[in-house]
Amino acid sequence: MIGGLFIYNHKGEVLISRVYRDDIGRNAVDAFRVNVIHARQQVRSPVTNIARTSFFHVKRSNIWLAAVTKQNVNAAMVFEFLYKMCDVMAAYFGKISEENIKNNFVLIYELLDEILDFGYPQNSETGALKTFITQQGIKSQTKEEQSQITSQVTGQIGWRREGIKYRRNELFLDVLESVNLLMSPQGQVLSAHVSGRVVMKSYLSGMPECKFGMNDKIVIEKQGKGTADETSKRRPSAPARSGKQSIAIDDCTFHQCVRLSKFDSERSISFIPPDGEFELMRYRTTKDIILPFRVIPLVREVGRTKLEVKVVIKSNFKPSLLAQKIEVRIPTPLNTSGVQVICMKGKAKYKASENAIVWKIKRMAGMKESQISAEIELLPTNDKKKWARPPISMNFEVPFAPSGLKVRYLKVFEPKLNYSDHDVIKWVRYIGRSGIYETRC
Amino acid sequence: MTDSKYFTTTKKGEIFELKAELNSDKKEKKKEAVKKVIASMTVGKDVSALFPDVVNCMQTDNLELKKLVYLYLMNYAKSQPDMAIMAVNTFVKDCEDPNPLIRALAVRTMGCIRVDKITEYLCEPLRKCLKDEDPYVRKTAAVCVAKLHDINAQLVEDQGFLDTLKDLISDSNPMVVANAVAALSEIAESHPSSNLLDLNPQSINKLLTALNECTEWGQIFILDCLANYTPKDDREAQSICERVTPRLSHANSAVVLSAVKVLMKFMEMLSKDLDYYGTLLKKLAPPLVTLLSAEPELQYVALRNINLIVQKRPEILKHEMKVFFVKYNDPIYVKLEKLDIMIRLASQANIAQVLAELKEYATEVDVDFVRKAVRAIGRCAIKVEQSAERCVSTLLDLIQTKVNYVVQEAIVVIKDIFRKYPNKYESVIATLCENLDSLDEPEARAAMIWIVGEYAERIDNADELLESFLEGFHDESTQVQLQLLTAIVKLFLKKPTETQELVQQVLSLATQDSDNPDLRDRGYIYWRLLSTDPVAAKEVVLAEKPLISEETDLIEPTLLDELICYIGTLASVYHKPPSAFVEGGRGVVHKSLPPRTASSESTESPETAPAGAPSSEQPDVIPTQGDLLGDLLNLDLGPPVSGPPLATSSVQMGAVDLLGGGLDSLMGDEPEGIGGPNFVAPPAAAVPANLGASMGSGLSDLFDLTSGVGTLSGSYVAPKAVWLPAMKAKGLEISGTFTRQVGSISMDLQLTNKALQVMTDFAIQFNRNSFGLAPAAPLQVHAPLSPNQTVEISLPLNTVGSVMKMEPLNNLQVAVKNNIDVFYFSTLYPLHILFVEDGKMDRQMFLATWKDIPNENEAQFQIRDCPLNAEAVSSRLQSSNIFTVAKRNVEGQDMLYQSLKLTNGIWVLAELRIQPGNPSFTLSLKCRAPEVSQHVYQAYETILKN
Repeated sequence: MIGGLFIYNHKGEVLISRVYRDDIGRNAVDAFRVNVIHARQQVRSPVTNIARTSFFHVKRSNIWLAAVTKQNVNAAMVFEFLYKMCDVMAAYFGKISEENIKNNFVLIYELLDEILDFGYPQNSETGALKTFITQQGIKSQTKEEQSQITSQVTGQIGWRREGIKYRRNELFLDVLESVNLLMSPQGQVLSAHVSGRVVMKSYLSGMPECKFGMNDKIVIEKQGKGTADETSKRRPSAPARSGKQSIAIDDCTFHQCVRLSKFDSERSISFIPPDGEFELMRYRTTKDIILPFRVIPLVREVGRTKLEVKVVIKSNFKPSLLAQKIEVRIPTPLNTSGVQVICMKGKAKYKASENAIVWKIKRMAGMKESQISAEIELLPTNDKKKWARPPISMNFEVPFAPSGLKVRYLKVFEPKLNYSDHDVIKWVRYIGRSGIYETRC
Repeated sequence: MTDSKYFTTTKKGEIFELKAELNSDKKEKKKEAVKKVIASMTVGKDVSALFPDVVNCMQTDNLELKKLVYLYLMNYAKSQPDMAIMAVNTFVKDCEDPNPLIRALAVRTMGCIRVDKITEYLCEPLRKCLKDEDPYVRKTAAVCVAKLHDINAQLVEDQGFLDTLKDLISDSNPMVVANAVAALSEIAESHPSSNLLDLNPQSINKLLTALNECTEWGQIFILDCLANYTPKDDREAQSICERVTPRLSHANSAVVLSAVKVLMKFMEMLSKDLDYYGTLLKKLAPPLVTLLSAEPELQYVALRNINLIVQKRPEILKHEMKVFFVKYNDPIYVKLEKLDIMIRLASQANIAQVLAELKEYATEVDVDFVRKAVRAIGRCAIKVEQSAERCVSTLLDLIQTKVNYVVQEAIVVIKDIFRKYPNKYESVIATLCENLDSLDEPEARAAMIWIVGEYAERIDNADELLESFLEGFHDESTQVQLQLLTAIVKLFLKKPTETQELVQQVLSLATQDSDNPDLRDRGYIYWRLLSTDPVAAKEVVLAEKPLISEETDLIEPTLLDELICYIGTLASVYHKPPSAFVEGGRGVVHKSLPPRTASSESTESPETAPAGAPSSEQPDVIPTQGDLLGDLLNLDLGPPVSGPPLATSSVQMGAVDLLGGGLDSLMGDEPEGIGGPNFVAPPAAAVPANLGASMGSGLSDLFDLTSGVGTLSGSYVAPKAVWLPAMKAKGLEISGTFTRQVGSISMDLQLTNKALQVMTDFAIQFNRNSFGLAPAAPLQVHAPLSPNQTVEISLPLNTVGSVMKMEPLNNLQVAVKNNIDVFYFSTLYPLHILFVEDGKMDRQMFLATWKDIPNENEAQFQIRDCPLNAEAVSSRLQSSNIFTVAKRNVEGQDMLYQSLKLTNGIWVLAELRIQPGNPSFTLSLKCRAPEVSQHVYQAYETILKN
């Protein structure tokens, strides 16, 4: 298991050092600094073995978090734990920076003592942790409160405490998707997928039982069959129609509150949500993706000292919808000496420090087209190596889900308290963003 | 107010000041001082001198302060053991505190203080905490047992904590269960022999229930523990798999990977024909792909594991090539791993896409990545024949870029392509030669020199080119020197007239002016060859080279199987077994995949086995390529290894499996058969405990000769049967049989060439099998086999090869190679070739053993239509090493009690009942490994009826 955990600043100075196992000597702290932080070359692996001691590290801004062990630990678990550690710290004191860590070092030690015992990760849900790691001391608690805390920390529903009350029961669902695309210069889709998240913010009283439904192809087809049997005479086309609106989900993963065995057997998503914001599910789709933009590049080398670039972007969604924050990034060679740009819409600028022409458009409706052309002057070089031509990348935000996912329902049941599904105010929002949206040129 | 100020005090006399502050009356000041101490400790300053002062602050009702003091204690107690005693009282008192959080804190901290004197005091509080009413305290106490065990294992055992810990597996709180499982797993790892984690269907069921309820971390502990369990049959394996699959949708990647580990391992036990097997394969792909959208560090762990999974079961991800395409912003470690997997998944179906990608990568910035991409193009050419041409042209394009390292890498892989497809792409040599000057790496230079030497007759100025290299001969690396020497000799043999001077020059450089023994030796050999017999030299140096293999960097199959058991862990990231990077005894236990077993029914009732048909299995079942490929890869590396490969990992598995079954006393169950006053069982039946465990170490069999009973006639030999028909092996027909003579087993083969071309370069290799049969010598076919010629060979075998349980037990999968291709077939060997010469048990022993083997292991068979009498039966069986221990006549029936021993040390006891005048015999077999009974019966049949 994890033998110790160190946090360093960018210079390699130790900010936090907590050793859990006897086999981790004091020199381990220095070994990581010398061999990884101060290493000359770029980091070649997130796992480093130095003298039979393994170091796992992640970096957050310029802070290094390193877990160290001498055993054959579960590597995936160690990284998951390090990310979780970052989440917990962020939930307590915001951004992970040298200053914040120094300011909260006592708290961090307290947390490390709680969420890692002898190197075994323990309950690390901030909702639960915040009930008893408060930096205030816990003297004033009554006996009932104490047992409530312990039963929550160790219990089946470790992510929610009992007795939550709201005057207004309200929930927000955000379907956040990022579209990833890699397109060849000829417009052939090399790979495309949507990775989506359903983020829920709930302000619900008691221990509400929730059920979430979406237009998942498997569910719809199952139901379609059911209804088709009953109503086949009246509406023979029903299954075909519902099939069109459903989407094929390649894979999905859920927050730990979701009952996985139920999903596996019935494909229904039921859970008792944590209070406040959490990520209910993540999913991935690859079929029938609506690609909101198409980028058509044209790069021509005119002699050794000039490049001509023309890029057309086309929006491909309903004309009534508006895309926002559109940004096209056209890379330029390292030996660029000057650039002239002409664009029909938005603003374009050559940024020498980023080696790119950045073209920004604030808004663009669907089924429109826009164009930029640029002339790039090059300094003659004797560098034999050709310019690698990095792909043209794009950023945008659209008000729909490019995967086609639709929320069908989110039902809330709280049998003990006096409110029903109808009393809950529900909000749903869809946002599609660009992930890595690249077109080779 | 912030805490960062504590980091800044660096003035002298600090310790003294802190001391004063720690002893201050004001609580706030005390707390401040302790914080300063901790800050100093963190940055590495030695503040152990303050020990007594800090410990004095322990008695406080301020929890924050208390925790800080505890933290200090954990760090320094070891250096001040006497002082640490001062803290004991507070700990013991805190363990009684009404607040469960404080009780847990005390027991948690106490376990971290590694001072002998303190551990003594820890026992009582720990015992109480393990039975605490509050689950939070219990889950903390469970981990504390593991801590204590790390300090003093004996103490933990003496105090009975292990039993209490085992009880916690049935606790009502899932988190307590998870921590108890984690602690027990860790303790069990340091005692590989102990059966601490006594996993049985009941406890597994409890774990599976807890799995649904505990935290993400708890789920990982439980899944990792489940992976160590071996289900008793395929049905149990399937039911566990069904309950583990929902975990594949968990948001925590580690939960997913651990679930994958369990599934990959148990899948091994499922039959491939099962519908469920296919379903499971399909379910595994999406979660693995999803792991690639995790953070880069996790992606790296996932990719390293996918690399193993793809090698073990390529079918899972064969359609997912696209997700491994490299993204421009991926960190370099992710890029390199993706590239590796892309090559493994490359096939004819997707090669066009792969090549287009690789070409793209070859223009990137990172040198290592570009090199690997270029090399990958070459590997694609070798792997997918149809793509070779496109690959070569891509490589030529890349050479045109003149980027130094790209060119060099391309030349190295083109050399391999030449070797795989001789006489096909030599037209590109001219282009290669243009780049001669830019090569500065030894590997590329050596490759280029090899090409020039190999194709000297097609390169007009080959002598000039090689001569140019010769100028700086002594500055070259050994690799290049050796290659240059060989190339010039080749050149000389091809164009003797113009190059005499050159060859002399290189020979003298290599033999006289070099200190390198390899180089000198090679030089001398060439020199003598050339001077004594140039024709022979030509045959040696210009001999046709064997084709190179497709995949050179596959992980060796036994290691791969072991690593599959370690999915998700560091071992799977390093691709090394834990023993390679873990110190001491921990984690050195070998793990291996469970053997494939049939459903329990088939072994339970041997009576129902058909008595008539000895074998319904067709001997020419060709195993799937994937299964054998790994095992047989060595074929390409020249003559097969004659020594036994060490197979420590798989030995124990087979042995354990065959030992199965309890040791019920059979007293009274068999009174009429062997009862009687002269057959009194010795007290405390001394059956060697490792009867079956010596599997694989069949070395002792070699000495059987000396103890042989004197039957030199050898056992029964079946007539040769066709094992590999000519139409399945491009004209090579193989028929054969097995013999056992005076203690040595051999495989008599008859090879017939029914093709139109000459066959040469024969080699043979066996897949791992139930009894470790392996060739004891290489397959010796002395002359090339010309068309329509037949050759008879006797291949000596031994039983020290790797062991893997086969289905059926006596199945042997064989690969035979010749200059044309590699062919696979499988055959069934009669079990009696494994009956050893010292298989005669003495009477006492026989009786004791017979009683000792449980009744359910007994199998009864009928041997029909056998006209022999008891005498003749006995002598005929004896010649095949089945020995009659005793003979009795009961109510007119002859009862023969017989024993035999297999090469792996398994004894089989038999009772043969013969009624005079009745040609049907009744055979009862008893063995600790009931699986063999059926095959022993078949052996009886064949011996008696032929």
